[in-house]
Amino acid sequence: MADSIDIDELACPVPLRDYPAIVLGHGGGGKLSAELVENLFLPAFRNDALAQLGDAAVLPPGSGRMAFTTDSFVVRPLFFPGGSIGDLAVHGTINDLAASGAQPRFLSAGFIIEEGFAVADLHRVVRRMGEAAAAAGVPIVAGDTKVVERGHGDGCYINTAGIGEVPDGVTIGPHLARPGDAVIISGTIADHGMAIMSVREGLEFESTIESDTAALHELVARMLDATHEVHVLRDPTRGGMASTLNEIAAASKVGIVLDETSLPIEPVTQAACDVLGLDPLFVANEGKIVAIVAADAAESLVAAMREHPLGRQAAVVGHVTGEHPGTVVARTAVGGRRVIAMQIGEQLPRIC
Amino acid sequence: MKYLDEFRNGEVAKRLAREIRDATRGRWRIMEVCGGQTHSIIRNGIDQLLPEGIELIHGPGCPVCVTPLELIDKALAIALRPEVIFCSFGDMLRVPGSSQDLFAVRSQGGDVRVVYSPLDAVKLARANPDRQVVFFGVGFETTAPANAMAVHLAKAQNVQNFSMLVSHVLVPPAIEAIMRSPGNRVQAFLAAGHVCSVMGFWQYPPLAERHRVPIVITGFEPLDVLEGIRRAVVQLEAGEARVENAYARVVTCEGNRAAQDLLAQVFTVTARAWRGIGVIPNSGWRLSPAYAEFDAEQRFDVGGIETVESPLCRSGEVLQGALKPHQCPAFGKECTPRTPLGATMVSSEGACAAYYNYGRLLEQPV
Repeated sequence: MADSIDIDELACPVPLRDYPAIVLGHGGGGKLSAELVENLFLPAFRNDALAQLGDAAVLPPGSGRMAFTTDSFVVRPLFFPGGSIGDLAVHGTINDLAASGAQPRFLSAGFIIEEGFAVADLHRVVRRMGEAAAAAGVPIVAGDTKVVERGHGDGCYINTAGIGEVPDGVTIGPHLARPGDAVIISGTIADHGMAIMSVREGLEFESTIESDTAALHELVARMLDATHEVHVLRDPTRGGMASTLNEIAAASKVGIVLDETSLPIEPVTQAACDVLGLDPLFVANEGKIVAIVAADAAESLVAAMREHPLGRQAAVVGHVTGEHPGTVVARTAVGGRRVIAMQIGEQLPRIC
Repeated sequence: MKYLDEFRNGEVAKRLAREIRDATRGRWRIMEVCGGQTHSIIRNGIDQLLPEGIELIHGPGCPVCVTPLELIDKALAIALRPEVIFCSFGDMLRVPGSSQDLFAVRSQGGDVRVVYSPLDAVKLARANPDRQVVFFGVGFETTAPANAMAVHLAKAQNVQNFSMLVSHVLVPPAIEAIMRSPGNRVQAFLAAGHVCSVMGFWQYPPLAERHRVPIVITGFEPLDVLEGIRRAVVQLEAGEARVENAYARVVTCEGNRAAQDLLAQVFTVTARAWRGIGVIPNSGWRLSPAYAEFDAEQRFDVGGIETVESPLCRSGEVLQGALKPHQCPAFGKECTPRTPLGATMVSSEGACAAYYNYGRLLEQPV
């Protein structure tokens, strides 16, 4: 969604209105901190466990094995086409849980805010987080805020951690890919990374590239309902498909063959990659899942995925092989092949 | 996408590859001059479609690779100065100088920024009047017009805190140098399409004639490259040595006259050192006297730099087509994209990096 000005979003709750920007005192544990929690965080995150404001959230017991993960978010800019750092912070941790086969139950949120950061912006971020958590049905039950001196941060950093439950009978791990398995991606690749790059670098294309940020746990639940033959799930975030598949190939000691022509990609995203000389296989996604699944279950799994809004463009894009263990190879459109190696650092736009 | 997708069509590619196979009788060595073409060949696996008789030699057309070490060291020295905002295209950041790269300079507090257009650097200079903004003007004739425009604008708008570290190089003198070198193995050239979109190809017929070498102006998509190779092979088999334009949707004989006029105004031809190759006369551009005030080498005192090349690196031979990347003893051992000894392993267009990343040595059948 494009960021149009929303008066309601910009209007800050009293008495935060007195401070248009974050001051050190907002992280000091005193009255200002309490006001921030009471007037900004609690209304946005609204749930009983958080509202008790104890030193720790006390949660009801779950069933089955627990999954626990954490992730930190330092994206710049904070708001971009299709989402914000708040959406990412909620979706990222939910997706890490989902990719281990867990159903996410609870999240925590830690904020490191730079002195001088606009309270209105913080309000927008926090509201987006609250909305994302509510939409996903995963409450934020614990939180913390620290303020660092101006110049010692970049606006606002967020850490989230999450707890989930892994249903009995679900065994998923990066080491479980087997020769013959099919490789599936849930939709178009490289949208998030190119959305960020296009706004960060002020690149203008004829149509806007929107981030794909989304919570994948419902799609994953549907996938696990559809078949017991899912061996590996991974959300290909930083480093993109290429890094994810290389990690799986290494962990499972198998080779992976990608059919480059079957990779779903939006034309505008492909065009942006071409302009900058970037390989979409290495560009980040925030709302996609890679599944490695027994070959005979692949077709029914793709069909099940396509019934979910986040899996509409799901496709089989390759297979696992016993050849060249640890190596990912792409078959190119013209009939050649190449090795998809891990990237050293970030991809760098080429000169010409 | 118009003008791109149709040039990536797998069926047409197979047909072109078949035509090349049918046309090939002898053994021919063809050099693709431009690093962008090398990248396309390796990325798409085009060399795997060619008959055994055809060997592609990867040319010196990667600006990152041929920028001399001394200039990289000058860039690093300038970028470390506290008053400087140093702007560069992205892939120059990882090029190793004698002791470090621009990423390392950034981690030491140097203000190094990636820009996508030199005009953005001029904008940055206007927005930061108390800082010195330096743009690293690297590249062939392709990137030169935008760099020229940036300097031209800075002069017109009197942006005195802008300057450019210029290391422009030119393709035709490089072709001439390769053909004159005693160990030359090249029998035909795929000329760089985007260079010709600026400069036209009126400079090439004398070269083709003098050295009896076919020159085919070639684009960058898989079908462009295959068509360029096909035309070169047909000429070689027929004993011809003409200039042909296989990239007519972009390139005209006269090129972009407005760009050429601006280039002639802002730059002047000079001898340039090519990393790994040496000095080639009349092979580059520097700022002309009228724009000399924007020359970063004059604005900042960066003389007396001693450069140290790795004794193991043989990128010069690779750039001249005398050695395949994987034939270098350091390839994949001391020298990898993580620990590059020379620029050909750094740039994604560099032949060594292309070989390494896309696994030329993958032996298992897929």
